[in-house]
Amino acid sequence: MRTIYVDNAATTQTSKKVIDGMLPYMYEQYGNPSSLHSVGQRAKEVLEEARAKVARCLNANPSEIYFTSGGSESDNQAILSAAEIGLKKGKKHIISTKVEHHAVLHTLNKLKKQGFDIQLLDVDNEGFVTPEQVKDAIRDDTCLVTIMYANNEIGTIMPIKEIGNVCREKGVTFHTDAVQAVGHLKIDVQDENIDMLSLSAHKFHGPKGVGALYVRKGIFLSSLIEGGAQEKNRRAGTENIPGIVGLSIAIEDAYEHLEENNHKMIILRDKLIDGLSKIDHSALNGPRTNRSANNVNFCFEGIEGESLLLLLDAKGICASSGSACTSGSLDPSHVLLAIGRPHEVAHGSLRLSLSESNTEEEIDYIIEQVEQVVCYLRRMSPVWKELLSGERQFML
Amino acid sequence: MALYTETVMDHFMNPRNVGSIENADGIGEVGNAKCGDIMKIYLKIEDNIIKDIKFETFGCGSAIASSSMATEMIKGKTIEEALAVTNKQVVDALGGLPVHKLHCSVLAEEAVKSAIKDYYDKNGIEYDKSLFPDDIGCEGCHMV
Repeated sequence: MRTIYVDNAATTQTSKKVIDGMLPYMYEQYGNPSSLHSVGQRAKEVLEEARAKVARCLNANPSEIYFTSGGSESDNQAILSAAEIGLKKGKKHIISTKVEHHAVLHTLNKLKKQGFDIQLLDVDNEGFVTPEQVKDAIRDDTCLVTIMYANNEIGTIMPIKEIGNVCREKGVTFHTDAVQAVGHLKIDVQDENIDMLSLSAHKFHGPKGVGALYVRKGIFLSSLIEGGAQEKNRRAGTENIPGIVGLSIAIEDAYEHLEENNHKMIILRDKLIDGLSKIDHSALNGPRTNRSANNVNFCFEGIEGESLLLLLDAKGICASSGSACTSGSLDPSHVLLAIGRPHEVAHGSLRLSLSESNTEEEIDYIIEQVEQVVCYLRRMSPVWKELLSGERQFML
Repeated sequence: MALYTETVMDHFMNPRNVGSIENADGIGEVGNAKCGDIMKIYLKIEDNIIKDIKFETFGCGSAIASSSMATEMIKGKTIEEALAVTNKQVVDALGGLPVHKLHCSVLAEEAVKSAIKDYYDKNGIEYDKSLFPDDIGCEGCHMV
């Protein structure tokens, strides 16, 4: 059976070009950039070349790029660092949103336990916050605003430039978790007034376990990991040279083909949205415009998401769900709840995240299979029966 | 390693006894759509024997598999035998469930008991109330 992979927001396939580019740095050029000898110094050169490439893609300066193990580490470091400097100045108020990734939310929760005042802004029913909300929330003791660039579950692209403006005007540090945006959207950290930005290589056909944190010159950054002078004392540990090289190739490649890839994915995405919208009592989660080119997320009333995923998997379709049952937690997706989906409905969600290598024919197959599986599960669902008989009110 | 055992997948992909029974002698429904699981069991009882059993389930793979297995285990049994079936026996018969899915088997046991209680109530049959704890609802999910 063929496999149709539509879970690219979880991870992407590492491209052949990236793998080929990484391989020499495991066998032939295996040096440690901290070594003084020629083998080490060659690795140092490669490291700095990679840094320059990443910087160029974001319109940053190479000295503003710090390599990390991925998006979660970058988010942790950016937030904890801003909190540390805030604490020194007596500023303990942090603004974020209810729809952030857990790498942000759990870090904020840790700070809350340490006495920080964490304010999570509400989003509208498509997942947006407004710059005005941020402006109104900023106080004299605000030390950080952290708002994601593009939502990993529902694809909402936040008004980052406008939020960046507000923060810059008020003199508050602005961090954005851009893990789902880098390599998918044009980003200019200077134009968009971004002070710190997290990214992860495996979301754009790079390898897993490597990411970066952009930190604007003049913004304080403390280390999360101690033990060496790497990354200007901000991130100890021998640099993951193969991974960093892979990241730099992947990001360059992504930006080189950004427009054609997005053009292709938007056509597929909209075809998928239109097809799934025809299923009764279903609803798209997130906006139709200002939406990630690769993201489709639906709720289907009367069914539960995990069983939907398992049946789709049996038909070769690899997708994801905001159902509680897939995560091991009891509550369904915090993002779906934040945009106002009731618990009952949020349990029946399906996320399909595309890549440029998906085809129209695959989209047709997905639409057909999702329709069948939803229908099959509804036939055995007591909730669906109650909805049909009127004992329970339809919400979608 | 796969999330579920082969037996769980078999009962999920090819569930036994799906559906409803018209004029059922006992109907039990447990769970809550807010928690993401609802199980409904229909019983046809003759001469103290469970002659037929059907289920409808809104829930994850293990909830559907647990319902299917529980119905298989009590079909053709006496009411007393059916009442003696525990969630642990359902889990064992399925070859195990992930820890965070054990509550699905609890729901299956509860759904069967709830349907039998309904049969007793409808027919004015005396029974030991301690055998039928109140619907544990969402708490069932939190206990495991």
